[in-house]
Amino acid sequence: MTAQTISAEQVKAAIEAAVPGCRVEILQNGSPSAQHSLVLDHKHATEIARFLRDDVELRLDYCSNVTGVDWLDTEVSEKVKTKKLVDGVETEVEEVKKTTVPGRLEAVYHLFSMEKKHGPVIVLLRTGNRTDDVRVPSLTPVWRSAEFQEREVFDLYGIVFEGHPDLRRILMWDEFADHPMRKDYVPPADDDEPLHAATGERER
Amino acid sequence: MSVEIAEDRMAELTGDPDSGQLLEISMGPHHPSTHGVFRMNVTLEGERVVRLKPVFGYLHRNHEKIAENASYLAAIPYTDRLDYLCSMTNNWGYALAVEKLVGIAVPERAEYIRVIVAELTRLQNHASLIGFLLQDMGASGTPLMYAFREREKILDLFESLTGSRMMCNYMRFGGVRVDTTPEWLEEVQALVSRFPQFLDEFEKLLTENEILMSRTQGVGILPRELAINAGVTGPMLRASGVNYDIRKVDGYGIYDRFTFRVPLGEHGDVYDRYMMRALEMHESLKILEQALREITAGPVIDPKTRLRGLRPKAGEAYGRIESPKGELGFYLISNGTTEPYRYRVRPPSLINLTVLEDMCLGRSVADIVVILGSIDIVLGEVDR
Repeated sequence: MTAQTISAEQVKAAIEAAVPGCRVEILQNGSPSAQHSLVLDHKHATEIARFLRDDVELRLDYCSNVTGVDWLDTEVSEKVKTKKLVDGVETEVEEVKKTTVPGRLEAVYHLFSMEKKHGPVIVLLRTGNRTDDVRVPSLTPVWRSAEFQEREVFDLYGIVFEGHPDLRRILMWDEFADHPMRKDYVPPADDDEPLHAATGERER
Repeated sequence: MSVEIAEDRMAELTGDPDSGQLLEISMGPHHPSTHGVFRMNVTLEGERVVRLKPVFGYLHRNHEKIAENASYLAAIPYTDRLDYLCSMTNNWGYALAVEKLVGIAVPERAEYIRVIVAELTRLQNHASLIGFLLQDMGASGTPLMYAFREREKILDLFESLTGSRMMCNYMRFGGVRVDTTPEWLEEVQALVSRFPQFLDEFEKLLTENEILMSRTQGVGILPRELAINAGVTGPMLRASGVNYDIRKVDGYGIYDRFTFRVPLGEHGDVYDRYMMRALEMHESLKILEQALREITAGPVIDPKTRLRGLRPKAGEAYGRIESPKGELGFYLISNGTTEPYRYRVRPPSLINLTVLEDMCLGRSVADIVVILGSIDIVLGEVDR
């Protein structure tokens, strides 16, 4: 006996029928695990979560895993052909155009059903960017199991969960300023570390 | 006392800070009952708990970041150090997630060996937990030493198989590291045949013990709905009467081939949690008997399996197993390089602690110790 899986399309259709006006997007997963995720919009996230938990068909009463993912800004370069005047003659010139895709933080939730014994259904919430727009709605009011895990994501990734009852650092100390699980995190220099004999700099 | 009543009471009492009625104490981080470096900020009114906030992070080493900077293979020995009592099941959870991510098949013999070592791990974990729980209640020594005597025999078996008692580093994605010898399997069989004797002795000593019953029955009750909503898993969830065992639900590995029952509690108190461990040991022995009887010959890992320099194509996978403490999950995201882009451990010990305050409200300090002992935490996994 193995757990039944429910397809992401199925869940998406059910959500769209139950919560009018919501935006749900399926994120395909290229690995053989074929666990696709659903990206939720912030405005309806809590409502959708309540629906997923209480719907008699889905009954995703158990939120197993909550975690964060950091996607850095990426630079995409593509070759663009443009027409230019070279020595008075119009010729086609290839130019490399660089565009920066802004990074984001994601909060990922793995949902299962203890009653129906199916899952996982993966939902995720995205922040606008990695710096000043890092707020997403908290799902702790729907699933208590997210309480410590959302605190951990806040601590290590810096996602601010709005509506969390007790959003404090959990693993790092309160005075700590940075978010260590971010991809561009640089650990502070260790004062006890010896300086390099020739350059006088810290060895790193 | 429910959470709401306790909060009202807090507001009532803190209205006058000089009333001298509230006492704040810090239990831990170095306290023999906290099973490691774990601290609780407890607010007391007289002898009763009106607030309890756990404080984590004393053993935090950012395991996830370390694994994100290592190859897929190099993360396996780090998983040993999560729940350092159960390195075998930690290895399995991680191997399962990588197998899902890449799509690797596991040879049949390796599946049997995995079940055997995982159930041995469960035996020694549950026996030690009962020993620690009794130690916390003040039964100095005897039950713990009985449990450790048996645990030592299992650790000896692990040592002869893997070279290490606790940090086994035994499983690989696609199988296990080395094959067992026929003599090793005979020794396991001998241990499995003798173990019921120990269990009978242990239960005779404890199950109907008046002191144990009066200290645990009706203490730390966890209602079924709260247990589900708070993501509590493992024996603690089943003590609250929820039939959810991932060995049955997912049937990962070859667990669907074995006949065993899932013990369920009625009251969700500390006594039920103790009973769950005792009964689950009997079921583990049943699984071991069947696995030892049915184990087949063959390779334990496909020699063509790529271990070093594994480069899964971009994608993600979540793999989970029923570890002795609950649902141990690993969430991996690959971006096509040799290192995981995201490596996440879903620690059962940490998430089971979510309900610690709810279970302790209105109880005395002595009960906190017993309730915490019945959750079964290992700080290597809580703080990662």
